[in-house]
Amino acid sequence: MMKGLKKWRLFSLLAVMMVFLSGCGEDYLSTLKPSGEVGQQQLNLLLLTTVIMTLVVVVVSVIYLLAFVKYRRARVGENVIPKQVEGSHTLEVIWTVIPIILLLIIAVPVVTTTYKFADVAAMDEVDEEGNKTALTVNVTAKLYWWEFEYPNQGIVTAQELVVPTGEKVYFNLIAADVKHSFWIPAVGGKMDTNVENVNKFYLVFDKESQDLKDGVFYGKCAELCGPSHALMDFKVKTLSPDAFDAWVDAMKATEGQTADKASTDLGEATFANSCLGCHAISGSGAGGAPGPNLTTFGDRNRVAGFLEHNEESLKAWIKNPGEFKPGNLMMNAEGTAPIYGDLSDEEIEALATYIMGLSVEK
Amino acid sequence: MSSYTQKKGFGATVWDYITTVDHKKLAVMYLLAGTLFFAIAGFEALLMRIQLMKPNNDFISAGFFNELLTMHGTTMLFLAATPLLFAFMNMLVPLQIGARDVAFPFLNSLGFWLFFLGAVFLHLSFFMGGAPDAGWTSYASLSLYSPGHGIDFYVLGLQISGAGTLISGLNFIVTIITMRAPGMTFMRMPLFTWTSMVSSSLILFAFPPLTIGLLMMLFDRMFGGNFFDHMMGGNTIIWEHLFWIFGHPEVYILVLPAFGLFSEIIPAFSRKRLFGYSSMVFATILIGFLGFMVWAHHMFTVGMGPTANAIFAVATMAIAVPTGMKVFNWILTIWGGSIKVTTPMLYALGFIPSFVAGGVTGVMQASAPLDYQLHDSYFIVAHFHYVIVGGIVTALFGSAHFYWPIFFNRMLNETLGKWTFWVFFIGFHLTFFLQHFLGLMGMPRRVFTYMDGQGWDQFNYISTVGAAMMGVGVIMMVINCLMSIKGKPAGRDPWGDGRTLEWSIPQPIPFYNFRQTPLVRGLDPWWIEKQEGNKEVTFAEPIGDIHMPNNSAIPFVISLGMFIAAFGALYNPDADKPWSIYVLIIGLAITFGAMITRSVKDDHGFHLHKEDILEIEEHLYGKGGNK
Repeated sequence: MMKGLKKWRLFSLLAVMMVFLSGCGEDYLSTLKPSGEVGQQQLNLLLLTTVIMTLVVVVVSVIYLLAFVKYRRARVGENVIPKQVEGSHTLEVIWTVIPIILLLIIAVPVVTTTYKFADVAAMDEVDEEGNKTALTVNVTAKLYWWEFEYPNQGIVTAQELVVPTGEKVYFNLIAADVKHSFWIPAVGGKMDTNVENVNKFYLVFDKESQDLKDGVFYGKCAELCGPSHALMDFKVKTLSPDAFDAWVDAMKATEGQTADKASTDLGEATFANSCLGCHAISGSGAGGAPGPNLTTFGDRNRVAGFLEHNEESLKAWIKNPGEFKPGNLMMNAEGTAPIYGDLSDEEIEALATYIMGLSVEK
Repeated sequence: MSSYTQKKGFGATVWDYITTVDHKKLAVMYLLAGTLFFAIAGFEALLMRIQLMKPNNDFISAGFFNELLTMHGTTMLFLAATPLLFAFMNMLVPLQIGARDVAFPFLNSLGFWLFFLGAVFLHLSFFMGGAPDAGWTSYASLSLYSPGHGIDFYVLGLQISGAGTLISGLNFIVTIITMRAPGMTFMRMPLFTWTSMVSSSLILFAFPPLTIGLLMMLFDRMFGGNFFDHMMGGNTIIWEHLFWIFGHPEVYILVLPAFGLFSEIIPAFSRKRLFGYSSMVFATILIGFLGFMVWAHHMFTVGMGPTANAIFAVATMAIAVPTGMKVFNWILTIWGGSIKVTTPMLYALGFIPSFVAGGVTGVMQASAPLDYQLHDSYFIVAHFHYVIVGGIVTALFGSAHFYWPIFFNRMLNETLGKWTFWVFFIGFHLTFFLQHFLGLMGMPRRVFTYMDGQGWDQFNYISTVGAAMMGVGVIMMVINCLMSIKGKPAGRDPWGDGRTLEWSIPQPIPFYNFRQTPLVRGLDPWWIEKQEGNKEVTFAEPIGDIHMPNNSAIPFVISLGMFIAAFGALYNPDADKPWSIYVLIIGLAITFGAMITRSVKDDHGFHLHKEDILEIEEHLYGKGGNK
């Protein structure tokens, strides 16, 4: 019996160690390695509740194992009829009051944090000149990509959110087609993008993302939204406030940038003919485009949010987007062919080079 | 020889099961149907786990994965767990309260057939253009967007089987209130009967919101009703509320009878009355009551605002208190008892730590700001599987072993049973424990694949291995059940530690259950009689005529009409299927025709006379045997 128990202890120890050895996940993705005030407070709550709840599990398990070992029929005797106890008021009171106390300990920080996270009053604060003081990003989730509009700066981008570190960034969230959910695990909890109303919340980004493995934080869609729900990733690039301002200026400077059908560059001409109807290549302006804004495509980290960022993936993607993201709206309604028709290999080659060259940082 | 003791041919047996209104036969049918759907849904889970075994896997396609995850959840909750618990409720509740059948045997049969044909209808979607693919929650914006007829199958199938569930729930409430034997006061009822009653009351209040929600969805999809279309002034959040006002109580509808089953197993194999019986009853009612106050904790991230979130967070935490009361009462029942570790008891012992683990993660998710991280991640997948598998499935497996002799007069193999437990139990923890960490490491739920390099590969692999073990466990369980066909008759009270009335009946149980209605003299009446050295329970009446209901094919015909009509309704919006309207009309005509027949025709049942009873008993137990 004891031997068996020892083995079990070893097993559980191994299990625990395995969990710690494999770490707490990646620092660009894990809620256990937060890079921001919101995520940090959520982690604190996680730790508080885990400690209390582990205590509960341990206490219950110990009493239960003790009872189990002590009162086996083999030990008690085959024909013993135990005393038929009705209950105990004292015990009932004890195990009602103790959980209530434990829950109160949890409830106080829970309620205060709930209100704190919902406080978005600063969104509307203005300075003397009437400009908004806080940075606001309008997030629109679409099948299966993300649009990020900066209303106060008058710029718009997609798929890769760019934010400054060290300040509260406020978000207006909405979905354009079906419900999605906006989640950057390593920075803070999620909020749904509903179809009918704007949700507001804020996040704080503490760490510049350039030192991370891919140079970005990972963002996820957390609400089932169709076949390609699993592929609806986005990335978050966090910059120092100065670098962010420079990026905003570079974006503003792309005002009026467009592709010319008559261009001698086959890529540009093809883009103008086949792509420009949905994809803007000027970062200046407002959101609402049918396809992701491609102004910063060359600076990005992934093709279509999840494919490796090189011309090969891009060419394969342009050739048949439906193969990579089933159900995406670059395909016709039957999902048989891209809406921009068949492009020749030569055109796709030139197009990929052209799109890869779109950049505000290089 | 009277007609009661004749051996029947195969066709007659099938006809007997189709027309039966006997709660015991319906229980067996619920058990078989539930097991079938449990196996299907389990198989779907295995396919999904194989797909997620390694990153970038292409074992199944994205669209099919969504169909699988939808059907797995829908089937497990509506078509596996519910009927399996109904099997036990049907079998045990009348026996535990000393009744000869449920209050409305006809409705009991109707409930089964509606459930079964609704379930079959839903599953036919796989062969008829694709299953529903918007998750078991079927959130409105996605389900309205979903092409094909998948969601229509979901709406119509659940509507029909939900009506069956509602009817059965109503039946149990009335049965328990009105059919108790003399002396069986409310506070002497076995805890399983109590939890069945509270659970049935929850059904009564929780299913109507679902019915309304499904009806609105039906109108939206078929007639452009615009209840949920925000472009036309509708609102998808209404669906979320309606769904969860049903959906959260549904969890308690399932878990309360599971608590009840363990509250029967633990005292029996501890040889001790349930500790704190009255507080257990109180906790059950309180859980049922609070279960209706917490639905919005599924919607913390929807943007309801801090006040709603805070209120629902605290209300949800409050449920932990009565649940904790139950756990401690179970442990204190064991304490000072005489524990015999049989297979059912093994399941009960495995249940306590697993369920507590599932419960505490529930409190973590009730903490709204923390839930912003946990919601819709793999953490929640781990949490609800700990509750559902650790709480409900262990209850079902354990009770299958415990009550097999009541169902079939056979015992399941104990050795194989214990092996099954360990394989299933270890597989279960292997599958779901690491999923907590996957969620914390940023993995969203309902993803058909994931890229490598996100640190999730190892845990997903282990999880799949665990799932395979669970699959092996289930197969072992089924083999055990099949083997029991060849087993020896178990006889009356085969565990020797039975406490409640169902164990007092000689085996096989005659179709009228009790020759004479028992007189209940306290909690655990059979235990009391045994302690006083009695071989029989005390009877409340002399042997006399017994009034029993007639078999009827009408419930089956009513349900069949609905089943046919559902196809008509499903295809009605399609312009190229003009015949669909006639299918709808024919189906509804069958249903209403059968209802009218039922209303016009008087059916007073029949009386079983004393001579018949004695003849049946002689046939069942031999001359003079068992008296």
